[in-house]
This record gives sequence, C-alpha cells and structure tokens, in this order.
Amino acid sequence: MAQSIQETQEELIEEFGLFDDWADKYEYLIDLGKKLPNLSEVFKTEENVIKGCQSRVWLHAEKQGDQIVFEADSEAVIVKGMISMLIRVLSHHTAEEIMQADLYFIDQIGMSQHLAQTRSNGLLSMVKQMKNYALAFSAK
Amino acid sequence: MTLDIHKIRADFPVLDQQVNGSSLIYFDNAATTQKPKSVIDALSHYYASDNANIHRGLHALAERATNAYELTRTKIKEFINAPSSDQIILTAGTTGSINLVAQTFGRANFSKGDKILISNLEHHSNIVPWQMIAEEKGAIIEVIPVDERGVLDLAAFRNLLDASVKLVAVNHVSNAIGTINPIAEMIQLAHAHGAKVMIDGAQSIAHLDIDVQALDIDFFAFSAHKLFGPTGVGVLYGKRELLESMPPYQGGGEMIKEVSFEGTTYNELPYKFEAGTPNIADVIALSAAIDYVNALSKEALFTQELALLAYATEQLSTIPGLRIIGTAPDKIAVISFVIDGIHPQDLGVLLDKFGIAIRTGHHCVQPLMKRFGLPGTCRASFAFYNTFEEIDLFVKALRRSINMLQ
Repeated sequence: MAQSIQETQEELIEEFGLFDDWADKYEYLIDLGKKLPNLSEVFKTEENVIKGCQSRVWLHAEKQGDQIVFEADSEAVIVKGMISMLIRVLSHHTAEEIMQADLYFIDQIGMSQHLAQTRSNGLLSMVKQMKNYALAFSAK
Repeated sequence: MTLDIHKIRADFPVLDQQVNGSSLIYFDNAATTQKPKSVIDALSHYYASDNANIHRGLHALAERATNAYELTRTKIKEFINAPSSDQIILTAGTTGSINLVAQTFGRANFSKGDKILISNLEHHSNIVPWQMIAEEKGAIIEVIPVDERGVLDLAAFRNLLDASVKLVAVNHVSNAIGTINPIAEMIQLAHAHGAKVMIDGAQSIAHLDIDVQALDIDFFAFSAHKLFGPTGVGVLYGKRELLESMPPYQGGGEMIKEVSFEGTTYNELPYKFEAGTPNIADVIALSAAIDYVNALSKEALFTQELALLAYATEQLSTIPGLRIIGTAPDKIAVISFVIDGIHPQDLGVLLDKFGIAIRTGHHCVQPLMKRFGLPGTCRASFAFYNTFEEIDLFVKALRRSINMLQ
C-alpha cells in the first residue's frame, strides 16, 4: 500500500495550504474535478445514484484483493472535485481502514461547508455510502 | 413617486452585512423576502408587551392581542379588496391554504370523473394537494400546457374546459420563471363553464395589485413571508357562499360553537377554519409589512423592480452561452437562466463565495423543468431594495465564475 489515509489527508492539507484566497482554492478544486476520469456509463445506474443531491452523483465500489476501490462521478464539477479528493483519500484501502477513517482534511482545507445538509449536494451521503460499502464488503 | 433606495435599504437590517468577505447581494426574493425593521419590531413588541392567547381571555393583554390580531385581518381584507374580514382565513402559508381548499371544497365537491385543471407552471404545492384529493375521489387532473416562452396556452385551456371541470387551480405568477398569467381572462372562461377558480398568489402578492372582487376570484392564497412579513403565516380568501358551504378542516378549539359528546356545532367564518391557537405574533407582525408596502405604494415598488428586470436581462444577454428560461412578455422581476456546459449548482456555489445569494435547482417545479428539458436553472429574483450596482456586481461575478468553470 502506497500511503495511509492519514498521510493522504496531510498531503491534501499541504496542497491547499499553498492558496491565499478562495478563488485559487476553488480553481484547484475545479481542476481536480475536470481531471477525475468519467465513470463508465455502465456504472451510471439508478442503483449507484447518491440520493439527496442537486446534481446527480454516482458511486461505484468494488473489491480488489483486500482493498476497496471507488469510482465516482457528478454532473457538477465542484462536487466532482470534492469526490476526487474523497477517492484519493479512501480508495485502495481495506474495509476496516475506510470504516474507521476520520475525514478531518475537509474541515482543515476550509471545505466543510460542502458537507453541510443545506448544500444538498450529497457529499455527506457520499461519505456515508462509501463507509456503507466498506461495511458491506467486510461482512462478506 | 421616486423611491429613495438608499433610505429603503436602511429599513432592512439583514441587507447590511458581509458574506464571505463581500457585501451581501440578496437575489433570492422569490424564495423569501427580507423583513423591514418595523416587522421585526412588531414581533418583539408583541412578545415583550402583549403576549396572550386571543379571543377567549377577558383580561387586558388578551384584549390587546385579540385586537391586534383582528386588525391584521382587516388590513388583509383591504389589501386584496375582499368584501368582508370574515372571508379572510389565516393559515400557515400558501401551502396550508391550498391544502385547506383541497381537503374541504375538494372533499365536498369532487366526484369520480370530475376534472381539476392545473397548469404546467405550478409549484409542487399547487399540484400535490390536488393529486391527493383526486386520488381519494377518483377525480382527474389535467394540465394546461406552456409554450417555449413559458406562457400558458390559452387555446388549450379553452379546449380543456367543459362541464366536468370543477376547479381550475393556477398560480398568478410562476415562481421559477416569473410569467404573469392572464388570470382575469382565465377566471371568466372558467366561470363560463361553471368551474371555480383558485389562484395561488404566493408570487404576485408583493408585486401586483390584487382585487379579488374585480377579478371575481373564488379562492386566493398567499404567504406573508413573500410580502416582507414573517414566515408561518398565510392567507386564504374565499367567496362567502363557498366558505360557508365547505365542511370544517381541522378540528379543535376556536373552530367550535358548542361541543358535547353527542355532537358539535361549528363556529362562524372565519373561525370555522382556524382550529387551535394560531400564530398570533407573526400574524400581528404581518400588519407592519402591509403598512410598509402601502406607504411606499406597490405600484412604485413594482416599477422599480421592472427597471431592475430590464437592466439585468440586458446585461445577462451579453454573456456568451447564457440562455434565459422564461421569456414571457409579462413577467415579474425573476430571471431563470442556464449556461451551456455548466451545471447550475457550480454557479450557485461560486456566486455564494462572492456574497451573492441566488437559487439553483428545480425550484419545486419539476414538471416545468421537464417541459424545458432541464434538471434545473439558476434563478435571480429581485425586490425593490435591490440596486443596479448589485446587478453589475452580479454580472461581473457571474463572468468570473464562468471563466473559473470553463
């Protein structure tokens, strides 16, 4: 395994620490969103849609060895940028690591507002769903 | 009368604040309007000085509270030119008023095969209550279509009207795209076929002159919070013979004349439809909102809003790839738009970073969004306290956001 969930979070906090103003931060986030590969159409199913989002968000998970690999997509590029970071932090880890992960980086990089209920962009549901997948895979 | 916008803005404390480091620009007035200080003071004064339950107590506070509460009813009557105060039913909001009519008038009058006409412009709150009672009664809902501009198709409306239509329920103004519907003509046509008409006035009450008698409206509903008043208060006006013939809605205190275990007789209008202790404080504060609008004159306020609409429409039209959704010739100051290749949610997030409040999403009109083949739009909605400078800043922030996203 390349690096721990904590190490990736620290890496992201360092990256975002380089920006002085919100616009630079969001430009970077938008860039992350654009660079995240589109989810294959076969996985853009009704089953994979995260509910409660203003834009549609899809999440696909599969087990590779003892690791869980996530792929996801959104119609909105800022949401996609957030998704890209969640995948970078959580994908390719074991179910137990994912279930126990405390995603403190979101707050540290000043993006906690995106997890608020009022945003209805479903990121909170997305984090829950990622942990649910981990729980489901660990039970198998 | 020329409005002194600077002076007017000082009446609205909420407008004077920084959001994300910029002065707040509030362009979400179709969702809810801001409150003048007089409304906020009325709420505080009521709780600090007059708080009592109304209509029953004999003591001084109860009398003051009851008088203030009933004074609002009288002011509403005058505001919409209703013939009498007892035809003004106080509810929790437009949604509450529509549900009341659906569950009383609808329950008493709809039978299997009867038709309810609504329009493609309706808010979910003027769709779902009718679906619920229609399902219960076996009635049928039919929809008046809209054209590409978001204008109701009156020829189609005429064709839909026949003796089986019991009720036409349409909004006066579309919340999502701002279209002003020709309700005077629609009411005449509906009445000629024996149908009653319910007008959802949520989006018109703050902007257009409402005369329920001149328009011959059967039922009219609106919310106080879209009229610079408090949340949690709505109004239902109804023609006397209709209100009297309708069964009561919710049971409880206040709505009864006499209760025994053998049976209950119901109170007179309007109390028959006002069970339980109402939202006294907010109803009383609505008086201050009505006074505020009357003092400035609704016509002068609307003139200002139309000038803002014209300017914003012109400025937005210079942005490449921007398409305005809803181009009816008669509109209130609401602009819905989409931009090629950009999701409305992304624009909403970035504009908020500039301190600008607009609405993005489906605006509770999913059938209308479907009609235009869109998942949602961005909506900027103006009130008289907005300024041309704010529109300039908005357009600048929008251009910058588009650059960031493309």
